[in-house]
Amino acid sequence: MKILVGYKRVVDYNVRIQVKPDGSGVVSDGVKLSANPFDDIALEEALRLREKGIATEVIVATIGPADCQAHLRNGLAMGANRAIHVVTSDAIQPLTAARTLLKLIEKEQPQIVILGKQAIDDDCNQTGQMLAALWNRPQATFASKVDVTGNAVRVTREVDAGLETIEVDLPAVITTDLRLNEPRFIKLPDIMKAKSKPLETIEFAALAVESGDHLKTTNYAPPAKRSRGVMVKDAAELVAALKTKGLL
Amino acid sequence: MARILIIAEHLNGKLNSSTARCVTCAREIKPDAIDVLVLSEAPDSIAAEAAKIESVSKVLTVANPANAHALAAVCAPQIAAVAKNGYSHVFAPSTTFGKDLAPRVAALLGVAQVSDVMKANDAHTFQRPIYAGNAIVTVHAPADQILVATVRTASYPAAGNGANAAPIEAMNVSVELPTHTRFVELAQAKSDRPDLQSARRVVSGGRGVGSKENFAIIFQLADKLGAAVGASRAAVDAGYVPSDLQVGQTGKIIAPELYMAIGISGAIQHLTGIKDAGTIVAINKDGEAPIFEVADIGLVGDLFKLIPELEQALN
Ligand SMILES: Cc1cc2nc3c(=O)[nH]c(=O)nc-3n(C[C@H](O)[C@H](O)[C@H](O)COP(=O)(O)OP(=O)(O)OC[C@H]3O[C@@H](n4cnc5c(N)ncnc54)[C@H](O)[C@@H]3O)c2cc1C
Ligand SMILES: Cc1cc2nc3c(=O)[nH]c(=O)nc-3n(C[C@H](O)[C@H](O)[C@H](O)COP(=O)(O)OP(=O)(O)OC[C@H]3O[C@@H](n4cnc5c(N)ncnc54)[C@H](O)[C@@H]3O)c2cc1C
Repeated sequence: MKILVGYKRVVDYNVRIQVKPDGSGVVSDGVKLSANPFDDIALEEALRLREKGIATEVIVATIGPADCQAHLRNGLAMGANRAIHVVTSDAIQPLTAARTLLKLIEKEQPQIVILGKQAIDDDCNQTGQMLAALWNRPQATFASKVDVTGNAVRVTREVDAGLETIEVDLPAVITTDLRLNEPRFIKLPDIMKAKSKPLETIEFAALAVESGDHLKTTNYAPPAKRSRGVMVKDAAELVAALKTKGLL
Repeated sequence: MARILIIAEHLNGKLNSSTARCVTCAREIKPDAIDVLVLSEAPDSIAAEAAKIESVSKVLTVANPANAHALAAVCAPQIAAVAKNGYSHVFAPSTTFGKDLAPRVAALLGVAQVSDVMKANDAHTFQRPIYAGNAIVTVHAPADQILVATVRTASYPAAGNGANAAPIEAMNVSVELPTHTRFVELAQAKSDRPDLQSARRVVSGGRGVGSKENFAIIFQLADKLGAAVGASRAAVDAGYVPSDLQVGQTGKIIAPELYMAIGISGAIQHLTGIKDAGTIVAINKDGEAPIFEVADIGLVGDLFKLIPELEQALN
């Protein structure tokens, strides 16, 4: 079975994002870019399913600008068999991303599609659910455990009330939560090997995706700041301070 | 004309307060109608609760054994069908329930979704956080499409459940429902403590607490204060507490009156979850910890010494 993994490049989670003074966006020149942490987890899960003999091939896909190639090579170095790069310089929104991934599904016929539950730049948390709807297949979001048995998969999901387990028939879309696994580190020889793995580029326009970019962002603002408060020196002072604020 | 459909969140026959928070968000738009949709196996008592929420115009129910558990693949086609009855907006809370469900509804309707609305400027203009709350964007949605949005519950207080008695209407929705998705079980930690997402006080522990056994000290303090318990990701990853206690970008976003961060350094991903808290108290042995940059009241020292002292002082 084939597994398709969404592998998006985002601003590294360690970067402190700054809003441009004119409100036109966030400062992105020169900032470190990395794979979305949830997508590394998605890829790791796919690789483990291949190592268990459940999957035979793992494909990483990204929709992004021309310079995403190095990013995809990282996915190949981690262990994916091949990569697909849908090239667009536009910042596409989740509905468009889902429609694009659906085109790749039609082409590749994977049994499992694994995406991150959210990309840490826009924090939309939409793409996997939209893709499952358009594909008319099950979704198992926020996965912290994945068990494939025959033609179905049991997924434990991190939900507000606790841990929910559902069973879905394949093919299906899974989105990853943080505790699903710990992604492996890339080793140097793997980076060399990755250079010769297949990386297919497809022009976004060639897929004739109907755009779902209906939203317009007009202003970026820094969040309301919380300011540093007072320091107290012991527990008694803390209790007094809480009482003053009417909190006790 | 704005007519807003709010998807009720409920569990074990009880309405979640996230629904009344969505109502408060809907009111910002000054709509002509705010209707609440209850999908359940047995919706009556849930609908009765929803009908009491101020500003609710009407409660719609769809009773169906297939709705016994909130499976997005099953609920979404029903919601999409109801939404097409003249609704301009579909709102769900940005809890795991709404996050799972709303994008599926949006995709079925062929429309974009606005996630985590923290303010509605008007019926089609919203503010939402990106980059773990490090930037707030203003987003415009087209007026000629149904607008699907999730509401950042920490940004809105729950609408009151005063004297309202909105009419309740049972509906039949005839759409084909999939069988490819089946509920197996929900493992819920049994707890008498207040619910983390709606508690007025929250005491959270981080990696500094050191072990699962040590976490008892956090639970004890919480009980003393009548508070819910939360945790950082590091504490959850280390197995000190279950995952549903995680606060932050990828956990729960909360807005209690009082938040106490104990042995938590204050990583940006954690702070995202608490920036709407009324008062933040930090206890940390490292005076340089970033948590002190946002804490209203800070106390530097060893938590194992300070918490017992704090409990004493509370007596
Ligand atoms: C320079 C730049 C400027 C941008 N400006 C804007 C802007 O002005 N307005 C705006 O709304 N957005 C902007 N974006 C972001 C872009 O629109 C987002 O990629 C899109 O909104 C998807 O949202 P998300 O990633 O939060 O989706 P989510 O639903 O959170 O993503 C979930 C998962 O879906 C998969 N996925 C999503 N997108 C891709 C992809 N492209 N390739 C592979 N897998 C994917 C991944 O597995 C990911 O973990 C910008 C991006 C860049 C790089
Ligand atoms: C994609 C992504 C998503 C994330 N999402 C979240 C999220 O939702 N929520 C979240 O919390 N984190 C999240 N994180 C993790 C986050 O970056 C931090 O790693 C995490 O919050 C650290 O937890 P901590 O503060 O408990 O641990 P640490 O950073 O290790 O801090 C422990 C603190 O305890 C103090 N301490 C130690 N011993 C004592 C003592 N005896 N008395 C007093 N103080 C003591 C130390 O001085 C230190 O400040 C995410 C990370 C990523 C990459």
